[in-house]
Amino acid sequence: MQKALEVDQLSKLYRIGSPSYARFNTSNKLLQLLSKPLQNYRKYKSLYVFTKDELSGEKDSPDILWALNNISFNVDPGEVIGLVGANGAGKSTLLKILSRVTPPTKGKCITRGRLSCLLEVGTGFHGELTGRENVYLNGTVLGMRKKEIDKRFDDIIDFSGVGKFVDTPVKRYSSGMNVRLAFSVMAHLDPDILIVDEVLAVGDAEFQRKCLNRMGSVGKSGKTVLFVSHNMAAVTRLCDRGLLIRDGEVISDSSAADVVHQYVTSSGNETSERLWPDINSAPGDDKVRLRSVRVTNSSMMPQSVINGRDTFGMQLTYDVLEEGQVLSPYITLVSETGLDLFSTVDSDNTADKIARKPGRYKSTVWVPGHLLAEGTYYMRVVMRSVKSQYRPFTERDIVVFTVVDESSGDFGTGWWEGRPGGVIRPQLDWATEYIEPEMAMDI
Amino acid sequence: MLEDDQIQETVIQPAAKWGIIDFAELNQYRDLIFFMIWRGVKVAYAQSVGGIAWAVIQPAIQIIVFSIVFGGLLSLDTEGIPYPLFTTVAVIPWSYMSSAMSTASNSLVTSSGMLGKIYFPRVIYLLAPCIGGLIPFFVSLLLIVAVVLYYQVPPTMQLIYLPLFFFLMILLPFAISLWLASLALRFRDVKIVMTYFMRMLIYTVPVMYASHTITESLRPYFILNPYVGVIEGFRSCLLGQPIYWDSAITSIVVTILLLFSGAIYFRRMERIVVDVI
Repeated sequence: MQKALEVDQLSKLYRIGSPSYARFNTSNKLLQLLSKPLQNYRKYKSLYVFTKDELSGEKDSPDILWALNNISFNVDPGEVIGLVGANGAGKSTLLKILSRVTPPTKGKCITRGRLSCLLEVGTGFHGELTGRENVYLNGTVLGMRKKEIDKRFDDIIDFSGVGKFVDTPVKRYSSGMNVRLAFSVMAHLDPDILIVDEVLAVGDAEFQRKCLNRMGSVGKSGKTVLFVSHNMAAVTRLCDRGLLIRDGEVISDSSAADVVHQYVTSSGNETSERLWPDINSAPGDDKVRLRSVRVTNSSMMPQSVINGRDTFGMQLTYDVLEEGQVLSPYITLVSETGLDLFSTVDSDNTADKIARKPGRYKSTVWVPGHLLAEGTYYMRVVMRSVKSQYRPFTERDIVVFTVVDESSGDFGTGWWEGRPGGVIRPQLDWATEYIEPEMAMDI
Repeated sequence: MLEDDQIQETVIQPAAKWGIIDFAELNQYRDLIFFMIWRGVKVAYAQSVGGIAWAVIQPAIQIIVFSIVFGGLLSLDTEGIPYPLFTTVAVIPWSYMSSAMSTASNSLVTSSGMLGKIYFPRVIYLLAPCIGGLIPFFVSLLLIVAVVLYYQVPPTMQLIYLPLFFFLMILLPFAISLWLASLALRFRDVKIVMTYFMRMLIYTVPVMYASHTITESLRPYFILNPYVGVIEGFRSCLLGQPIYWDSAITSIVVTILLLFSGAIYFRRMERIVVDVI
């Protein structure tokens, strides 16, 4: 079968600005003033002209950057691929090349079928034009024909909820209406290949969910989708396959869950395990210091991606350095939207009466499966004294982990591939019975 | 973009293919061209009470001022043609050309946000103001009709050449903007120079003065400016004077040269402009 997308040794080189070597004195300054236009000309020209050495990769000068370095991958028709990577990894550059906004420096790619690339909401929207005019303008900018828009016009307006404002200039719209109208144009595109940047998912939470669900249904309908996201839960749920990009190279090409796991565990700041090997720089004071915080699976191994069905542990290690403090650590779990889900306090009954003697303590809190909804979670760890105001440390967002669900039925989401609302996801029993028509008196 | 049963295969490569304008691709985007033109025209007159009437008022004011200063106070020699008539037939095509040239040349700069977010043939950014400008042009033709009727100028056989100069009038600013648009994006100097330059340019064409006042020895240099041929052509056709073929042919040749070279240049540049915004 022919591939929907072939990317073959694609590279993109950017110049990131050349340093100035001129020495700073009066005569030099005068000279500079005169030669400035020439310098400027060279500078602007050098933005897109590269020397042979630079192109071959032999010369590694400090002012060039390979935003993409020899990337190759293929996509089958109907595949839904998640593109994962830190900011600046090269994801956006790849999208820009695929959408033909910018040409590659080396290599080539082939796309088969109608391609829509959504890098921004409402490209071409103009405030002076009415909603109706903007729908047509934006639709044709995205590659639709006028007659296709004619056919879908009513659906687009319905979906957006703009209704009677359709002939009002969009500059008088609320920003929410503006975004909804722009998104519903996109939602009614009918491409073979859809390339979506997650920055699209703007607006309120309700609207974001609508966007993601729409993306999911496009994927289900046999279209090829390339989806760039920082939302690991969305990637796991929507995508069949994942690509991890780092420093312009494909690090990993595997199932979405594997790639998400690899990304979350490899990235520096967001980690499921935080250690303080040097006691002097550890949070706390000369009475107590925090030494480690980690999220573990049921067999005590650190893990950043947790299956929503499984029990997992939140573990902290601290050193008590001075006798006499009645200490009670607690952990607060925070959702990705910043909501405090719950706090759990050390339930060791002796601790609130007796001071702990100096030494190292390790506490593990077991969180049952079928509790948390899919998403990213942060841990806040606080050490406090039971009776006094003494708080040696409060560490926010020190550990990050992701709860995922593979929509295999035995979870709160059932077989639903969308993302139902809510921050907890208990698996509750549903009893549904059929009522014979003659018995159906009550409703 | 294509018909449903065809699979559209697109190859994305570093080097641009040598060529002029990809007309097949433009044809696929014809609906977009229409809406871009619509956008340009609509936005130009948005929230103004006068609306499209400004297309008549603006040149009318210019004609009145020229008639008072050059026709009245300075009494320039127009070979017996009433001055308002003489200048109207030149001001109207000139207004179109100067505004089309400056809007089209700046079009990539003004749409640089869109340029980096979505692909369509970039020449559409230039085409839209050049075609869209024809709408105020046609409206302002009313002024020509008015003065021609007022001074009772009889139609002559020279009118058959008018389409030639009409097309030249459209192609010339487009051809120049093919060169200037990508330059303006890369070097913002172009924009600074342009506003100044446009004000000077009107003195190099016979809009307010007559062609015959240029001495014989200077004429070869004078007609090198392709705008001269268009303005002289409009005046000759509409007023039934003999056509200055020297300037007309120079203008045609220069326009065609600019058009082809500009198209090749633009095609090479349109791919890299995004990296230098």
